[in-house]
Amino acid sequence: MAVTLRTLRAPGGADAPGTSGTPAPRRLGQVVLHVVLVAGGLVMLFPFVWMLLTSFKGTHQMLNAPLDWLPNPWRAQNYPDAFGALPFAQAYWNSFYIAILNVILTLVTSAMAAYAFARIRFRGSGLLFGLFLATQMVPAQVTIVPLYLMLSQLGWIDSHLALIVPGYVNPFAVFLLRQFIRAVPIELEEAARLDGAGRWTIFWRIVLPNVRPGMGALGIIVFLASWNSFFFPLIFLNSPELATVPLLVSQFAGQHGATDYGLTLAASAISVIPMMIAFLIGQRRILNSMAMSGLGGR
Amino acid sequence: MVGVVTETRPTAKTRPARAATRVRNRDGWWAAFFLAPQVVGLLAFLVFPLGFAVVLAFMKWDGLGEKSWVGFDNFAAQLSDPDFGTAVWNTVKLAFLTVPVGLALALLIALALNHVRGKTFYRIVYFLPVITSSVAVAVMWQIILASGDYGVLNRTVYDWFGIVLPDWLEDPSWVVVAIAVVTIWSSLGLNVVIFLAGLQTIPPSLMEAARIDGAGPIRVFRSVTLPMISPTVFFSTVVAVISSFQAFDQIYVLVDPDHNDGARTIVYQVYDLGFKQFEFGMSSAAALILLALTLLVTLVQFGVQKRFVHYDS
Repeated sequence: MAVTLRTLRAPGGADAPGTSGTPAPRRLGQVVLHVVLVAGGLVMLFPFVWMLLTSFKGTHQMLNAPLDWLPNPWRAQNYPDAFGALPFAQAYWNSFYIAILNVILTLVTSAMAAYAFARIRFRGSGLLFGLFLATQMVPAQVTIVPLYLMLSQLGWIDSHLALIVPGYVNPFAVFLLRQFIRAVPIELEEAARLDGAGRWTIFWRIVLPNVRPGMGALGIIVFLASWNSFFFPLIFLNSPELATVPLLVSQFAGQHGATDYGLTLAASAISVIPMMIAFLIGQRRILNSMAMSGLGGR
Repeated sequence: MVGVVTETRPTAKTRPARAATRVRNRDGWWAAFFLAPQVVGLLAFLVFPLGFAVVLAFMKWDGLGEKSWVGFDNFAAQLSDPDFGTAVWNTVKLAFLTVPVGLALALLIALALNHVRGKTFYRIVYFLPVITSSVAVAVMWQIILASGDYGVLNRTVYDWFGIVLPDWLEDPSWVVVAIAVVTIWSSLGLNVVIFLAGLQTIPPSLMEAARIDGAGPIRVFRSVTLPMISPTVFFSTVVAVISSFQAFDQIYVLVDPDHNDGARTIVYQVYDLGFKQFEFGMSSAAALILLALTLLVTLVQFGVQKRFVHYDS
């Protein structure tokens, strides 16, 4: 019986003696897949590469016929020029500290709400959670005019408060963390309660440390969303020194776009590169966070 | 003796019950405490502005002068405005161009990635546009899609093949395609990563069983893979449709919808009416129509999903 099985499996079988590695049709399949994926990857990378190449060209060189693929000569001057033309350092600091505050405020408050939804029984819990989920459907543009009017009443227009304060309201974060908190064994909490721990101690000392991966994932998502956000800064900010990085680049493109592409692309590259380095360092965590959020916290 | 027994029974019952009520009351306070920051924020910055938007939609107001009630005039004006008609049509076109193509491509790439070595490398490459701000994305694509000397795509195709391609960013009938390509390019990696994670949750034993039963690769995909990841695909579809309805950043930077009607979407209309023309009532009416459209499409999707989406019981 064993002999028949082996002879049956032998042709093309991975465990057949004599054939090393994967069988030919599978190997061919692998090659085809890699060719397709590399081709797709080149399409993904080309705009970045072209941006970098063009950012080292002078304006006249972009008009050459036939097209010059490589800069000749390489002109790094666009970078100091872009830095000199607009307050980039300031914009970086603005984007950075706003994103950090957004992350902290969102994480703490949504973890609190998520804990209440996951572990405290109170009347109207289901209804309130439904309200949270429903508001996710409301596009930001629907509330933008009233929000603008409210914030201008508060005197927060053209101030970072307009980005920081409303920004922490995040039903998606509450939903995601609730999924994580529900997965924490209830026995941990009960043991702590028997030891005399109160609700806050249980939340802060028992629950939060156990949902650290979820908090980390959410922190990354919130940071990215805040850092790349454009619609709200465009509407709420006016002063150049308050601008965030995307806002600054868009203003730059508006002013110099048609006249000096090299300069605009240098500005754009300056805005992209730090994020890219951060991504390459933390890619595993970032990609896993994104996957997790897309699966609804499963 | 009997009296004592009948006396003690109710107290024995009520004591823990009372204690439980006390705990529940205290729980109520704790719930309020934990919920307060998000709920107050939700009411102040989402629910209240939403109600305010509904009120504004029935008013004529520029933010400074007199307010006046105009009934359904704003809605009527929008619905009969050719600009708004264009905006609705463009929004729908954009969704139909980006969502099916974008998700199908993402699924194909995820399936391919699921079978090759070097996943990490490819995941990083495909994900780069997702972490890039939409403003930078638009600037990058401008020098690819632009007409004339700056656009590398049209120049190269002309130089190599002698074919004159459409003016992607200026031609009103092509600009939606350009925006769709940029949108698909920038969101592809996110969907690939999500689908790949979904594929990896499928137990290999399930595929193995199907294969032993004699199913070919296409049959395995249709009968095992697709049903197993259908909840993920459904979730991503809902998100993709909603976000395509809200697309603004790329459009604003890539093309100027004021000069190119082909790029005017409902969201741009809301922005234009509100923050360029200061017609707050009109803007709110347009925004509410967008909300209604979003709700309608999402409801339809949830209705349709029952026939296609498979959930583990």
